[in-house]
Amino acid sequence: MTQQSQPSADSPAVYPAVNYLNADRGVKSWLLTLDHKRIGIMYFASVLVMFLVGGIFAMAVRLELLTPGPTIMGANTYNRMFTLHGIVMIFLFMIPAIPGVFGNFCMPLMLGAKDVAFPRLNLLSLYLYWTGAILAISAIIFGGIDTGWTFYPPYSTTTPMTAFPALVGIFILGFSSIVTGLNFIVTIHTLRAPGMTWMRMQLFVWAIYATSIIQVLATPVIGLTVMLAGIEKVAGFGLFDSAKGGDPVLFQHFFWFYSHPAVYIMVLPSMGVVSDAIAAVARKNVFGYQMIAYSSLGIAFVGFFAWGHHMFVSGQSPFDNGAFAVISMFVGVFTAIKVFNWVGTLYRGAIAINAMFVYICGFLFFVVFGGMTGIAVATISLDIHWHDTYFVVAHFHFIMVGAVIMGFLIAIHYWFPKMFGRMYHEGWAMVSASFIVLGFIATFIPQFLVGNAGMPRRYYMYPERFQAMNVASTAGSSLLAFGFIIIAIYLIYALVRGEIAGDNPWKSMGVEWQTTSPPDKHNFAKPVVITKDPHSYQKPGEEVEHVVI
Amino acid sequence: MNELMRNLLWLPPQASTLAPKIDNLHYFVITVTMAASILTGVLAFVFFFKYRERHAGQSTPIVLPSVKFEIAVIGVPLFFFLLWFVQGFQDYIWYTTPPKNTMDVYVMGKKWMWKFSYAGGGPNAIGTLHVPANRPVRLLMTSRDVLHSFYVPDFRVKQDVVPGRYTETWFEATMPGRYQIMCAEYCGTWHSQMWGEVVVMPGPEFDAWMVEQKAGLAERVDTAGDDGGDMRGSIVEYGKKIAMTEGCVRCHSLDGQPHIGPTWLDLYQRRETLESGEAVIADEAYLTDSMIDPRGKVVKGFKPIMPTYKGRLAAPEAAALVEFIKSLRSTSLENLPSKEATYDPAKPTQRR
Repeated sequence: MTQQSQPSADSPAVYPAVNYLNADRGVKSWLLTLDHKRIGIMYFASVLVMFLVGGIFAMAVRLELLTPGPTIMGANTYNRMFTLHGIVMIFLFMIPAIPGVFGNFCMPLMLGAKDVAFPRLNLLSLYLYWTGAILAISAIIFGGIDTGWTFYPPYSTTTPMTAFPALVGIFILGFSSIVTGLNFIVTIHTLRAPGMTWMRMQLFVWAIYATSIIQVLATPVIGLTVMLAGIEKVAGFGLFDSAKGGDPVLFQHFFWFYSHPAVYIMVLPSMGVVSDAIAAVARKNVFGYQMIAYSSLGIAFVGFFAWGHHMFVSGQSPFDNGAFAVISMFVGVFTAIKVFNWVGTLYRGAIAINAMFVYICGFLFFVVFGGMTGIAVATISLDIHWHDTYFVVAHFHFIMVGAVIMGFLIAIHYWFPKMFGRMYHEGWAMVSASFIVLGFIATFIPQFLVGNAGMPRRYYMYPERFQAMNVASTAGSSLLAFGFIIIAIYLIYALVRGEIAGDNPWKSMGVEWQTTSPPDKHNFAKPVVITKDPHSYQKPGEEVEHVVI
Repeated sequence: MNELMRNLLWLPPQASTLAPKIDNLHYFVITVTMAASILTGVLAFVFFFKYRERHAGQSTPIVLPSVKFEIAVIGVPLFFFLLWFVQGFQDYIWYTTPPKNTMDVYVMGKKWMWKFSYAGGGPNAIGTLHVPANRPVRLLMTSRDVLHSFYVPDFRVKQDVVPGRYTETWFEATMPGRYQIMCAEYCGTWHSQMWGEVVVMPGPEFDAWMVEQKAGLAERVDTAGDDGGDMRGSIVEYGKKIAMTEGCVRCHSLDGQPHIGPTWLDLYQRRETLESGEAVIADEAYLTDSMIDPRGKVVKGFKPIMPTYKGRLAAPEAAALVEFIKSLRSTSLENLPSKEATYDPAKPTQRR
């Protein structure tokens, strides 16, 4: 027997001799695996490479903006850089990151399942992702795409560059996303262990469930949209180009119908990670469990009707603008509910100080500030001034980096011992966490201000009055980069030489921790039966105090 | 207070009547946002010091939200968000409803410059827009190539400029001076250099400037309208020339006489009933649409026989035609709908 379900606190940490990492050997055993954990690890490696690529482009952009004039590259190169940064970070990193890595690795474990419902489909989605990624990146580099990640026509369909292969790449990536979402929905419906009722599911599972619904419903629209743009480009049909009788604003509607919900594809999993990790860090039941679970579904639903707030100055009618603005406010309410509940979870907890907690503090600040500046730009009159300026850039980076990447980092630190059975150096982790939180603030707060001052986004050159804030932002971004380098070093070290973590280093009550770390190839040695709420931190038979606030 | 907040937030000068409206709401929203996010961060910190782990395996109470708490966490944010929405929408409606007495200027964006033509006769200009202070100015904008966005940070005014259609924006500048125009919608290599300038002059000075410009026009060949040949004289004159050469006047009368198409006299801002029974106001957008897609919205009683001018008329030419139509005003106080056509080439029996 390789695992025990409840390790006692004082037993020495054991690394299971046989686990999913070494049960089969050879490259083929990885490339043809049907094990959700191995697929998760391969996603992990892939998205980290994408994050590195996207990060390098981000640094190139920041360096270029150090001075008002040309700094290190030409205008066309710069335009390609921010396009690459956007496409790689959004389509190749953030959308697959948490669902692909931790959804795959942890979600079946959290349900007490042996695998996902369709293991072959799961492997297919990884191959689709690789195909789409290779196609998109090579097309962008060789085709010289400089449209920005939004591909707005008629610019994207009339300029002489080869957008078509990149659009096909994004189309294929969409299929990867749909297949993963479908698989997860079926898994959550059908493979819950005995006793795992819907109201006992961990909040990460709820978040993945809500995300999967959006992936299945919204992704086909971006697939169709890029195909239509591709057809216009190749066959010359007038769909979006007004010179051919099309309507450029129609493209924007199609595009944001997917790309606004896509924000929630990125951010909901991260919110799920925080909901779970915060309970483990504070050793406490999740405050307002049902409110958090339902607000995920609420965001998924309302998120479908808010897309027009990206188009307040596009020429859209004032009535439509008003409708989209008021709907957007409700997304803010659902997010606010979550924030109150996270803070409420810390109340009367037993909070451990570690890197995860540093990230959680950062996350809470960023998600409130990023979310409320979202409400601010959804307030139509204010958006007239802010639209397409650095204020918007700063706002969505607060959500994309401040919420999503913080969530991704929390997930890495929380589940690293689960995945590899080894522990990283907590001291270094806290140092780098502080660098990242401070570096993030230093990078993006100046961007809010320079946006207020009126600097439009996607600017290669800018008036001199904007320089001070751009220098501050670039300085902050190098702090961020430094933080990530430290993380890379201690994680690689931990992978090889890290201390044996033991099965449950956080003493978490999550179901995924009830097996060995790393888990066995088949997850659990004996069938799992859930008898209690996986977020409850009370000892069996203990007299528990109930507090109502 | 206003100056303090404006400087703290790095906002540019408030040089239009819209700017203070937007900034006041901005201060309110950002102050609450800052307070809420700092409060959240600080609360997490305080809870950490108060409720940190004292010993391993410490047990914690189960804390549950009361109904009152749930109502509060939903109600308080919703109250603020809706309050901002109401104020923001009100200001937005004010901003999208230009006053009646605006001075109209046609704006055309093209990679990577701004072109301006004054309605009612006046010079054409590239890059620099002269306007009077304390008078509302309306911009009727279109693009020759890709999307652009007309943005003057000091006025807090921004509007996308879309090829194939007209969008409008307006402002009333309050302080004479020079204000930067920037393109805010990505449009290619030199998007970041698609700048221009609004020169705001005191009213009398502007009037004098306009007289001087008009005097100079007679002798000068203005090449700003490079898409449709030389632009000689005012935009109205130019429009008249196009109406003659393109054959518009073969079907549209200029003096109110019934003819194959609706007369152009008093057409601008006339309320027309369409074949579908729907009513439209013949504004700039309708007039332009009707040149490009003449059979889309046919006035009741007329035949859908006008050929499309798509591809034949460049944006400035269409704008000039619209201005020419706008200049055709009778003295009558009311704009009556068009009378039915008396001449219908589709039915030979009706020929006179």
